[in-house]
Amino acid sequence: MDLFGRVLGRGSERSKNVAKERLRLVLVHDRTSISPQLLEALKEDMLKVISNYMDIDRRGTEVTINSDDKSVALTANIPINKINRISI
Amino acid sequence: MGEVIVITSGKGGVGKTTTTANIGTALASMGYKVVMMDTDIGLRNLDVVLGLENRIVYDLVDVAQGNCRLRQALIKDKRFEHLVLLPAAQTKDKSAVSPEQMKELTEKLKEEYDYVIIDCPAGIEQGFKNAIAGAERAIVVTTPEVAAVRDADRIVGLLEAAELRNPQLVINRIRPDMVKKGDMMDINDMIDILAIELAGVVPEDEHIVVSTNRGEPAVLDANSLAGQAYRNIAKRITGEQVPLISLETSNGIMGKLRKLLGFKA
Ligand SMILES: Nc1ncnc2c1ncn2[C@@H]1O[C@H](COP(=O)(O)OP(=O)(O)OP(=O)(O)O)[C@@H](O)[C@H]1O
Ligand SMILES: [Mg+2]
Repeated sequence: MDLFGRVLGRGSERSKNVAKERLRLVLVHDRTSISPQLLEALKEDMLKVISNYMDIDRRGTEVTINSDDKSVALTANIPINKINRISI
Repeated sequence: MGEVIVITSGKGGVGKTTTTANIGTALASMGYKVVMMDTDIGLRNLDVVLGLENRIVYDLVDVAQGNCRLRQALIKDKRFEHLVLLPAAQTKDKSAVSPEQMKELTEKLKEEYDYVIIDCPAGIEQGFKNAIAGAERAIVVTTPEVAAVRDADRIVGLLEAAELRNPQLVINRIRPDMVKKGDMMDINDMIDILAIELAGVVPEDEHIVVSTNRGEPAVLDANSLAGQAYRNIAKRITGEQVPLISLETSNGIMGKLRKLLGFKA
């Protein structure tokens, strides 16, 4: 019993680290004032432009803000179905 | 010419009023002339924390609206001759005072006092704008919680936008036991994230409750760890170099605390 409890305690991440991670992420959004709505609008615009060149999977597309200790990045994951032949 | 310092936080209930009362009292005990100003109109608290609630006749709004002279509204502290309180109005609404009036008022006060300490209400609305209008320095109070630190970060941004640069941080209600277990963010975590200078760290302390019950700030209690922390913060405000290490006392409690709090070696 005791051992079981201890293993569980060790296995789950300390709440301090969870707090830090959540804080970091929420501050990235706060500081850059990038709202989820803004990201959504950005994604729509990107999809429009990229669709001119490629056949992409709109539903599978994800645009997110990521951060680690040092940097903040805008990451877009856009699955391609098919690349259009250049017609110009 | 004195200095005007606003104590602010964004989030409510993190310890602005407690911090104002203790820093103000500590500065007065060091011999400075200090006026504390409660700008939390409608939710006046500082008078009670200081034990001066029965002496109030006029308030901030009376002064702003010219119902009385500034001097008449200042309440003398019982313990220190050069410590006074300008209480907030309890019954009037927040728009009764404007940032311009606040600026004028603090200009006048700093002619006579070494420190004008302003207790800011929670939030980022009118009350906040009033409180920071005449300030030259800001101290941001937070607790080791995600929501409080997040709001502190927002406040730092707003202070910068108002040209109040280089605010300092007070981390209140740290629990060394929880920090040690990894269940509370430590000092370095918060300073790294907020990227501002540290004014000091105040532990969670039952003496604060007792001192608030009595209306006697904890800095007057030699046995209070929080009181000791606030005395150090007051010294730092005056420009004295008090290393965080001097939180250590002869009996070593603070030494242990210091380690537990996660200070860098
Ligand atoms: N270091 C501490 N240890 C224990 N209790 C504390 C400490 N600091 C503050 N408190 C308690 O927390 C409560 C809130 O403190 P305080 O009134 O100073 O916060 P505030 O930021 O001024 O709140 P508001 O936003 O409502 O004005 C009070 O009951 C106070 O006694
Ligand atoms: Mg208060």
